[in-house]
Amino acid sequence: MTIAVKDVRVEDKLFQNRYLVDVGRPHITVRPHETPSPNLLALTKVCPAKCYEQNDKGQVEITADGCMECGTCRVLCEASGEIEWNYPRGGFGVLFKFG
Amino acid sequence: MIEEKFDAIVIGAGMSGNAAAYTLANRGLKVLQLERGEYAGSKNVQGAIMYASMLEKIIPDFREDAPLERHLVEQRFWMMDDTSHTGMHYRSSDFNEEKPNRYTIIRAQFDKWFSSKVREAGATVLCETTVTELARDTNGKVIGVHTDRRGGAIFSDVVVLAEGVNGLLGTRAGLRDMPRPETVALAVKEIHFLPEEVICQRFGLTGNEGCVIEAAGTFSQGMTGLAFLYTNRESISLGVGCLVSDYARTMESPYALLEEFKSHPSVKPLLADSEVKEYAAHLIPEGGYKAIPQLFGDGWVVVGDAAQLNNAVHREGSNLAMTSGRLAAEAIFQVKSRKDPMSAENLALYGKMLEESFVMKDLKKHKDMPALLHTNSQNFFMTYPQLISAAAQSFVRVDGTPKIDKERATMAQFVKNRSRWGMVSDAVRLAFAWR
Repeated sequence: MTIAVKDVRVEDKLFQNRYLVDVGRPHITVRPHETPSPNLLALTKVCPAKCYEQNDKGQVEITADGCMECGTCRVLCEASGEIEWNYPRGGFGVLFKFG
Repeated sequence: MIEEKFDAIVIGAGMSGNAAAYTLANRGLKVLQLERGEYAGSKNVQGAIMYASMLEKIIPDFREDAPLERHLVEQRFWMMDDTSHTGMHYRSSDFNEEKPNRYTIIRAQFDKWFSSKVREAGATVLCETTVTELARDTNGKVIGVHTDRRGGAIFSDVVVLAEGVNGLLGTRAGLRDMPRPETVALAVKEIHFLPEEVICQRFGLTGNEGCVIEAAGTFSQGMTGLAFLYTNRESISLGVGCLVSDYARTMESPYALLEEFKSHPSVKPLLADSEVKEYAAHLIPEGGYKAIPQLFGDGWVVVGDAAQLNNAVHREGSNLAMTSGRLAAEAIFQVKSRKDPMSAENLALYGKMLEESFVMKDLKKHKDMPALLHTNSQNFFMTYPQLISAAAQSFVRVDGTPKIDKERATMAQFVKNRSRWGMVSDAVRLAFAWR
């Protein structure tokens, strides 16, 4: 089976959520690189908030504003040192109303 | 910030943290609980089903004021291909008992309630506080925590790590390994609001009765995964979860899978005209018994998801979390009562109590299931659902083909797709893993 529902806009989903963004203090950063590893590249598809995207040079960048703090990217890329992961400061980040 | 020393510091206000903090405070210990969210529950995500008897052991009269959605009277298991589901339904009015066995809950609301009980029991609960590091003495014994608030370390005899599946502290302190892509699933979830009477009508429910659907099949694209649909009072929680290693391999997007599940002809009518109010994501520990880390050490214990205490086969997590939190607290209380130090040797009591409880017995029983399902996912989550659907359709469709021909064709399909040896091997391995 192929995924029939191709054009899912995750932005529309994230719009439902409540966030308190800690402006200028992203809690996840990507290490500078030339070519992304397979796991880092996978994050552009696998991150449930679509925080990771490839720039025009093919490098993977992160915008952590919509992050739901699930930790998937940490599990895939922290051990190799490709990303640095911390919790947002107390009170910041996603705030689930239902959870 | 806080000068005094505590008997115990509990990190996290989820199921296990609240269970531990409540039990400790209720026994008169001086407890500090730290939670990084704005309120207890603001960072927590679960399906969510709550099992009454595990909470009863902590707060016997919880039904009086806990925010419960529906008690469950019906369970459906579905095996799905692209156009069909083959299901088993179990429904019994026995579940309409005076003290029902399990309920759907909404975690943000439930955790707020549980946290209010923790405060009432006398614990100090500090939200919006992220613990940044464990404080240790020269011998490596955990003696407290550092937080992102101003001021120095806060000290305690013992620290309860209830920091969840993605807990940073224990892994960074070298107390346990990071979860691996093969031992955690990524689940995404939406909550769909509908009028109460519409939910009752669509699922054949009366009053506070609830229904659960849990499904496996082709929507997970051959990955090890499960979908769920839980009825709340005025909403439906639904989601899809698959192993992180499978996601990385297939490069599928979790939200695309969720849309696929929602658009399935068996699911779509159940959600019609609903209003989505939240989209959440969370990791679920799936490694089972073999992934459980060291559970205690000098000055610390680890409970709940952080300790990988989740029974994926029976889809039970929060009851293992609550039970481990309670048992850790009871062990700490016993050590404290004897005026003994919170050493690894003495805290081993927690490990022993957990071994003797259903938590470890259940996880041990299914210790080979994760490996079986994870390495055989294409068969269990793609081939078999398709074969079973075809067999069921052939069985019920009346078209003039002689029954004997239909049966032969069905058998031939199974043999062609999975081979006789493959089927026997799957059956034997499944039986052994289940044993």
